[in-house]
Amino acid sequence: MLYYLLRRILQAIPVLIGTTFLIYFMVFAMPGNPILGLFGDKTPNPALLARLEEQYHLDQPFFLQYLNYLWNVLHGDFGISFSGQSVNAILARTFPVTLKLAMVAIVIEIIVALTLGLVSGLRKGGVFDATTLVFSLLLISMPIFVLCFIGQFFFAVQLGWFSPTVGANPSFSRLLLPAIVLALFVIATPIRLARSSVIETASSDFVRTAYSKGLSRGRVIPVHILRNSLIPVATQFGADFGILIVGATVTEGIFNVPGVGNTLYQAIIRGERPTVVSFVTVMVLIYLIVNILIDLLYAVLDPRIRYAK
Amino acid sequence: MPSERGASAPTPDHFVADVEETPLADIDTVRLDDRPSNLWIDAWRDLRKRPIFWISAVVLLFIVVVALLPNLFASAPPNSDCQLSNSNGGPSAGHPLGYTLQGCDIYSRVVHGTSTSLSVGVVVIILTTVLGVVFGALAGYYGGWVDAILSRAGDIFFSIPYILAAVVIMSVLSEYRNVFVISLAIGLFSWPSTARVLRAEVLRVKNSDFVTASTAIGISRFKILLQHVLPNAIAPVIVVTTISLAAAITAEATLSYLGVGLPGSTMSWGNDISQGQRDLRSHPLPLVWPSLALVITVLSVILLGEALRNALDPRARASR
Repeated sequence: MLYYLLRRILQAIPVLIGTTFLIYFMVFAMPGNPILGLFGDKTPNPALLARLEEQYHLDQPFFLQYLNYLWNVLHGDFGISFSGQSVNAILARTFPVTLKLAMVAIVIEIIVALTLGLVSGLRKGGVFDATTLVFSLLLISMPIFVLCFIGQFFFAVQLGWFSPTVGANPSFSRLLLPAIVLALFVIATPIRLARSSVIETASSDFVRTAYSKGLSRGRVIPVHILRNSLIPVATQFGADFGILIVGATVTEGIFNVPGVGNTLYQAIIRGERPTVVSFVTVMVLIYLIVNILIDLLYAVLDPRIRYAK
Repeated sequence: MPSERGASAPTPDHFVADVEETPLADIDTVRLDDRPSNLWIDAWRDLRKRPIFWISAVVLLFIVVVALLPNLFASAPPNSDCQLSNSNGGPSAGHPLGYTLQGCDIYSRVVHGTSTSLSVGVVVIILTTVLGVVFGALAGYYGGWVDAILSRAGDIFFSIPYILAAVVIMSVLSEYRNVFVISLAIGLFSWPSTARVLRAEVLRVKNSDFVTASTAIGISRFKILLQHVLPNAIAPVIVVTTISLAAAITAEATLSYLGVGLPGSTMSWGNDISQGQRDLRSHPLPLVWPSLALVITVLSVILLGEALRNALDPRARASR
């Protein structure tokens, strides 16, 4: 297990270096001097300009800037945004909100996907199965903002069940509508995975054995079928967690959730190079870490993976 | 021993009927003029029986015709007759879907936006298929350090969610926002899924007997990859490609919606949705129609992919 853990972490290092380099390279190529943007229409004092460029290391060659940046990231320092706040401070304020939103969404996703997948897998070919299929195909076809508008228009504006926007210091109940929208955005794949996994498990020998030794459906379905169908679905939930954080850029914008996605979007519009790099890097880091954790979970769930070379 | 066997063995003409006299005759006959069946012929036989395939194919064909010949469906060019007095107006004669905030005809905007969405989708899938096939085939076929390098490169691109990457690229290239650049931004980060699928399939196919046989008769390795491995490994790529097409159309709309996609002057569903959201609460129509066009297009692509997946995957066919 320790060997597997070490190997998995070692594999992540080149990917981490590659992704940060790629992002830094893309943003470095952004045209225009970002310092000039700070002064609006006015022409800045050349001495001040030079000092600011030095402060943000813009006078150094690209590769040195990148190494400098990577060094800081490794020390947990994501730099200073152009509004003067440290990126860490912004993250400390916004990340918990995004995390809370993603958590609520993933819980909704897991409960709904497993229930729908289990029932439609056990009643393969029935009315419930067909309805679930149509429902999930419809959801796959909907871009996130269309889902957001449907949720906002029908459930917040028309029916008044939720508040249309979230605002500062959101509670769980205010985050419910954006979380449901996010969950629906990613739910189609796990439903179908759970369904096919349940079908496969339900027809396996050990399930037949369990039934033939006299166990009830109430015991076989949760303990034998559901538990053994979880493995492929679990990785999907992990991958979805990353998508939820990214999908949150649009959702947070539409529902005005004060999270990381909102901040990132604002930074992109204003061309705040270091802020964009930091936030995208943080998101990619989260994505990588979540994937490692899910791989480890996968190894705990399925011993065959742990011992495979 | 030989005598014992001779005694117990029945004489053939007593117990075994001639093939011609049994019902097996039909099965045993080899019809030399029949075309050999293969995966593609089987898949087509399966596909043409499926209503879902025909519905999605006809809808998609219609959408392609709209994209190629928008003037057939909306003769007036979009924005030709915008009057602010019609702002957010309901449907009227000749303008069946009503008017936008700017008083422009929604119907003609939706019709003329079709080609944008489709061309972005097509350029992206060309890009992802070329990159994905090259990386996936080489990594799976040659293995070893080639696989290690190509797969890690794929991992790097895979680890950056493509919408995020496209947002960054589009803000970098803010002065060059056109269909080609936005397709590049989306496609550059979405090819690893194609590569992964093809790599897995190549790994499976390259151990087949016919590959060993080709090696034995002295065909070069690269030629085997092109002539024998790739054609037998390409089927899952086609299914992934339909998913990429749907994802690319959605991604273009999302980027345009976010304001980092195509410029506002380009007719695009994403731009129209972005415009329409301003008056969502009082006038939802300018938002609803382009969204509906988008969802129908993506849905028919997804359904086509679904039908193709079922037809091309022999395992799925057997379990039905």
